[in-house]
Amino acid sequence: MNEFDQMYREVILDHYKNPRGHGEMENADAEAEGQNPLCGDEVSIYVAFADDGETIDEVKFSGRGCAISQAATSMLTEMVRGRKAIDVARLDKDELLEEIGIPLTPVRLKCAMLGLTTLKVALHKAKGTPLPDGLAGFDELELS
Amino acid sequence: MAVQAPKKRLDARAIRADFPIFEQLIHGQPLAFLDSAASSQKPRQMLEEMTEFYSTSYANVHRGVYVLAERATAALEGAREKVRALVNAPDVREIIFVRNATEAINLVAYSWGLNNLGPGDLVVVTELEHHSNFVPWQYIAGRTGAKLAMIPLTDEGELDLSGLDAIAAQGQIKVVATNQVSNSLGTINPVEKLVAWAHDQGAIFVCDAAQSAPHMTVDVQALGADFVAISAHKMCGPSGVGALWGRTELLRAMEPFLLGGHMINSVRLEKTTWGELPHKFEAGTAPMAEAVGFGAAIDYLQAIGFDAIEAYEHELAAYALGRLGELDGLTLYGPPADRRAGIVSFNVEGVHPHDVAQILDMQGVAIRAGHHCCQPLMQKLGVAATNRASFYLYTVREEIDQLVEGLHTVRKVFA
Repeated sequence: MNEFDQMYREVILDHYKNPRGHGEMENADAEAEGQNPLCGDEVSIYVAFADDGETIDEVKFSGRGCAISQAATSMLTEMVRGRKAIDVARLDKDELLEEIGIPLTPVRLKCAMLGLTTLKVALHKAKGTPLPDGLAGFDELELS
Repeated sequence: MAVQAPKKRLDARAIRADFPIFEQLIHGQPLAFLDSAASSQKPRQMLEEMTEFYSTSYANVHRGVYVLAERATAALEGAREKVRALVNAPDVREIIFVRNATEAINLVAYSWGLNNLGPGDLVVVTELEHHSNFVPWQYIAGRTGAKLAMIPLTDEGELDLSGLDAIAAQGQIKVVATNQVSNSLGTINPVEKLVAWAHDQGAIFVCDAAQSAPHMTVDVQALGADFVAISAHKMCGPSGVGALWGRTELLRAMEPFLLGGHMINSVRLEKTTWGELPHKFEAGTAPMAEAVGFGAAIDYLQAIGFDAIEAYEHELAAYALGRLGELDGLTLYGPPADRRAGIVSFNVEGVHPHDVAQILDMQGVAIRAGHHCCQPLMQKLGVAATNRASFYLYTVREEIDQLVEGLHTVRKVFA
């Protein structure tokens, strides 16, 4: 397998071309907008909680970005549906990286993390919990 | 812009042999380096001169009385004279060494802007600016209560000068700041015309020549500008040094920018007085070896000749536009080849520039993908990012062919 087949493997291209959970949501329980200042890519994430107010019932995303960022966000929506908001807000990034399953350079890692970071910010904002260190400033600087 | 026939045609293949970077394979492929607009590669002659300086003449400059300090001072001041000659400045004291063009523009924005701008004043930039000539002015305008106005672009990516009177009606124009060549689209801007307009308004003109100085003759006296900013790293020199040229009378009237050692005349508890030009604006230890490298890069480029470099780049731009035009689903941005420097921006339908650049990298082709520090321009084009291929005197047509081949693969992967 050559290098670009490895990186742009079928599942990545499939999520890119047919993104799951693509769209916007009216009256979302949690939402945030994130930007990757390196490339100007943008993603907005919308979350609806189930009746218990804790479980993620539905996640949608909109925006524009590269295949890696769009596919990673699409995979993320499938991963987190049905899970508790508090757990997702603390999700280990390696769980998503394992799902993506391709070698990523530091620059492309930022692409892959855009959706997850934005989702975490949305959940922390909705729950009123403080943003962890790595996300502090993210809200102020890059989110509108 | 008319291209004059150069006296001798440039031999890119021979020039390329001077650049050690090309002696390696990237992902098993010859390197097609098409990102010179971000930063150029370095010729052996320049690298050797820096090594020679460090090996034989290195010491801190100016105050030392021993032989090494004298040699180092002579080398730094020799480099300053080479920059002066490069831009045809009337006086060598008008050449201020800075880190890069960004720092040069910040120096003007802070030192001139903070004391000369106020409410009702207008700073005019263009939609084509690099963030380096946009953000400092936006910030200083905000600090002083001045307004920022933009000269818009035509659909071809050239400055639309039809609305200049309307801009002038918005306030007292104090600064007009534009680049000479766009780093993003390669557009060559009508700087002389804008300088005349700026002076008619009683404004100063600040020229960001970071992208033009590597490729064409920049003559500050012919331009008539008041400040000109250049970076060494885009013109075969090292990173970490650039130059600001400014008119003596403006520089003398300005407050210093950075404060500390070397820039003083005398320091007393009650009061410090500033040194003479250019020292007043060169606080701290200078980028000495970098300045020496800058001088060596200027020697290197002048031996080849800027007319030949400019003509060759127009040739490459025309060739690239032709070859890229063969591809379906490709959008090209910017003016025709005869009105642009060696920079081509494009998008592949349905494929994000990051993905294009990644797949090209795997084939040994280095291009830039992103907003090129031009987010206002990207907004105007209605895209988040573009792909940009840029050329320089060591670029050969095979590299452009390698790019086109690579783009076929991009289309296949995303088919």
